[in-house]
This record gives sequence, C-alpha cells and structure tokens, in this order.
Amino acid sequence: MAKVIVVTSGKGGVGKTTTSAAFAAGLALRGHKTVVIDFDVGLRNLDLVMGCERRVVFDFINVINGDANLNQALIKDKRHDNLFIFPTSQTRDKNALKREGVERVMEELKQQFEYIICDSPAGIEHGAITALYFADSAIIVTNPEVSSVRDSDRIIGILASKSRRAERNEPAVDVHLLLTRYDPVRVAKGEMLAVDDVKEILSIPLLGVIPESESVLRASNTGTPVVFDEESPAGRAYLDAVARFLGEQREMRFVTPQRRSFFRALFGRV
Amino acid sequence: MAAGNVVQGALFTVMVVRAASLRDDAFEHELARQIARSPRFFQNAPVVLDLRGVENLTEASEFETVKGKLRELTLTLVGVQNAQPAQLEAATEAGLASFAPTSGGGQARAERNTPPLPKTRLVTEPVRSGTQIYARGSDLIVTAAVSPGAELVADGNIHVYGALRGRALAGASGDTAARIFCTRLEAELVSIAGRYLVSEQLPPGMQSTPVQIALVDDQLTITRN
Repeated sequence: MAKVIVVTSGKGGVGKTTTSAAFAAGLALRGHKTVVIDFDVGLRNLDLVMGCERRVVFDFINVINGDANLNQALIKDKRHDNLFIFPTSQTRDKNALKREGVERVMEELKQQFEYIICDSPAGIEHGAITALYFADSAIIVTNPEVSSVRDSDRIIGILASKSRRAERNEPAVDVHLLLTRYDPVRVAKGEMLAVDDVKEILSIPLLGVIPESESVLRASNTGTPVVFDEESPAGRAYLDAVARFLGEQREMRFVTPQRRSFFRALFGRV
Repeated sequence: MAAGNVVQGALFTVMVVRAASLRDDAFEHELARQIARSPRFFQNAPVVLDLRGVENLTEASEFETVKGKLRELTLTLVGVQNAQPAQLEAATEAGLASFAPTSGGGQARAERNTPPLPKTRLVTEPVRSGTQIYARGSDLIVTAAVSPGAELVADGNIHVYGALRGRALAGASGDTAARIFCTRLEAELVSIAGRYLVSEQLPPGMQSTPVQIALVDDQLTITRN
C-alpha cells in the first residue's frame, strides 16, 4: 500500500524542500519507487533543488485541471530509476489546489508509487493544509530555535485536527521530528536549543538530526539532493533518518561537538 | 491590571421570555401567578425577550409597549435575543441590548428541574500551540504537556499533569474558589476569576516546579505542592 508522507514545518526556511528532496532520493536509493510533489504553488523550488528545472513541461496544476495527464507531468530523475519529480506551477497560486483534484491525482499516484512525498509550503493556510490533508505520515522539519519549535507544535496540532485521517476518525497521522541545521558547538554554548529540549517540548519521536553543513547549500545550488554526496555529514544523517523511517535502528550521529569543532571553538571560526 | 479594574466580566442569571408566548393570555396569567408566588425573587428582575418566530416588533414603540407590559409584572426588560436585523435596530433604538442566542432558551430552563452534573473535561493528548480548550461549567484535566501558545480555559479548576507552558485561565466565569494545579509551572499566563499573572511575574523559585495556584484575599497565590 502506497504511503503519503508530508514534509511540513509551519515556519519557512527551515529546510522542507531540502528534506523532501533528500528523503525522496534516500527512499529511492533504498529501492523504493518514490515521487516527490511540490505543493508550493507559485513559489516553485523543488525542481531547482532536484536539478530538473529545465525539463518541466506540465505541472501539478495542469494535471489537477485535466490539461495534461500524470505521466506527461512526472519527471524521471536522471540519477536514479526509482525517483520521480512532480513539479508545481510558478504562474498560479495556492487557490488552484482544489481538494477533489488533488485527491484524484493522489489516488492515481498511489497506483504507481510506494512513497509519495509532499513538499509543503510554509504557513498554516490553504496550501499547507492541502499538502498535509492526505498524509499517512508527517515529517516535521524543525530548527533548534524557539520560533521554529512553536510553529512545529502548531502544525502538529493541525495534523491532529484537520488531516483526512483526523476528519474520518482513522488512526492518527504518524508524526516524526526531524531536527535540521543543528550545530552541536552552538548548542554547547547555549546559543541553540538541544535535541532533548526540542523533543521534550514537541513530545514526538525523533527521526533524525541533520547537522548544519556547507554541503546542503552546495547541494541546493547544484540541484543534487544532498544524500548523493557521500562526503557530506548532512547527507549521511539523512540516509540514517530514511533508514529509521523504514524501521531500522541507527545511532544518532552529529549531536555532540567533534574534536575538530572543539578547536574551532577555541580559536574562533575558520 | 489597569484595564481589568475598569472593565470586569461577570455572569448573571437572566430570565428569557419568548415574545411569541406574550400574545397568549394564558401565558401572561401563568407568569403573573408565578411572580405572585415569590414576588421578592422577581422584584425588578432583568428579562431578555426572545424574538424567535416573531415577525412584528420592528418599531421602537412596540418595544416600549412590551417594556410597559413587563413593568406591570415587576420585570425589567434589558435586551433581546434571536432578533432579525430590523427588530434589532428597533430594539437598539428602544435602549435594549442584544444577547447571543442560548440553546433551548426559556423553555429548556423550565423543563430542567435537576440540572445534570457537568462532567469534568479530560484531555489526554498534548495541547499544541494555537489550540484553545474551554471546559464550560466544569473542571479541566490535562494529562499531557500544554505547549506555549496553547490556552486552557475552565469555569472550574484546571489540573495539568505535565508541563504547563501555555496559558491557563480557571474560574473563567468568575468562580474565585477555582484553582490551577500543575506538575511543572512554565506558564505564559495564569489567571483565576479574572486576576492574572504573566510569565515574568511568576516567582522565579516556582519555575518548573509542581505548584497550585489559588486566589487568596483577591491575590493570586502560588504554593509549591
């Protein structure tokens, strides 16, 4: 049975699109046929992060409106056979996301894919609600700072009250915390919230901690999901998170300052 | 606190008379009989006129007539409910207030001889930011954490078995005996019967400890449990 996963956060700029791209690529690398959908209508970014911006012909809104069929709009990733990108429209806005249309597209995608990753827009309005409505699982992307944590808390509440599972009284959406842009050195200095603080406040299971890493920005700008960069700590952390999502036990890495970081702390930032 | 001293909320019991039944002589007779039975209770008692199902009463003068009629029965007409726009305008002109519709209205009140005990509201899931929970006429028990930006309101007591990080307003309709209990006080605001303390007014020694909060001599008093 296909599984719909929404990547959401409430707050903007915390790494939803990076996470959607990395998670989708990670699931594909593990042998699961996966599609990642951009729900951020009007602020299309996923295609850039996935490096397929020059291959977009039809988009999500075209398919919802019946102007194109699904297979015309799906873009197959050049790096992995299991990975597909479903871009959105840059010229429309979130109101073009009609729930019935989205539902029809989702049902069609479920016939073809094992995992459907929904990259949610920021906010708690129509676009974000539509992105999370059909979800079976949710990945709550949170930065270790108070405003991000509060917005995550809000969106967890919305998942519990406004998702389709909630409306139909079905088992609740299973919610996972993914802490991104984590810098153990700054946590040690008390400048950032620690993993345990965030876990305590949100009281949902922790899927992974993604360290702040230069490789993430580089990956975005070159259009390569960060999991394809084997050198990158962030990439490895995402692969761990994917493994945990699939039910494996993996130790949390990158949550304590490393030796190199210790010297960096002593001699100032390099 | 300044605003709180000038304007304070309070709840009153007000009789509701259905305008439709006023036309009925038998009703008027029955009402007069009841008033005669306990005249002190009804002396100058405030009355709200329920306009549901009534088409006339669109002129201020008509309200004046009704006012006079109720006056004869020692009742004081203070407002209307379920008014149509035209009726509301006329009522306003006649100096009457508009009340929100109540469920059941006067009839339910008459039929309900033994009011059912309000059941304590129990919440077992974390109360997330942006959520508001109101335990109308009862206590509220939360067996999980209450996040910053969440709001608990109860007419009775509030119990939180977990960290209280949001707002908690007990005795919301004026019960000064209501209390707040929590196993970990990190609240943004606590209030009992309109008296409140914001986070920075909470004694630092009480932060993150199990406490109970009560109103003693009109002062919010926090004691460690």
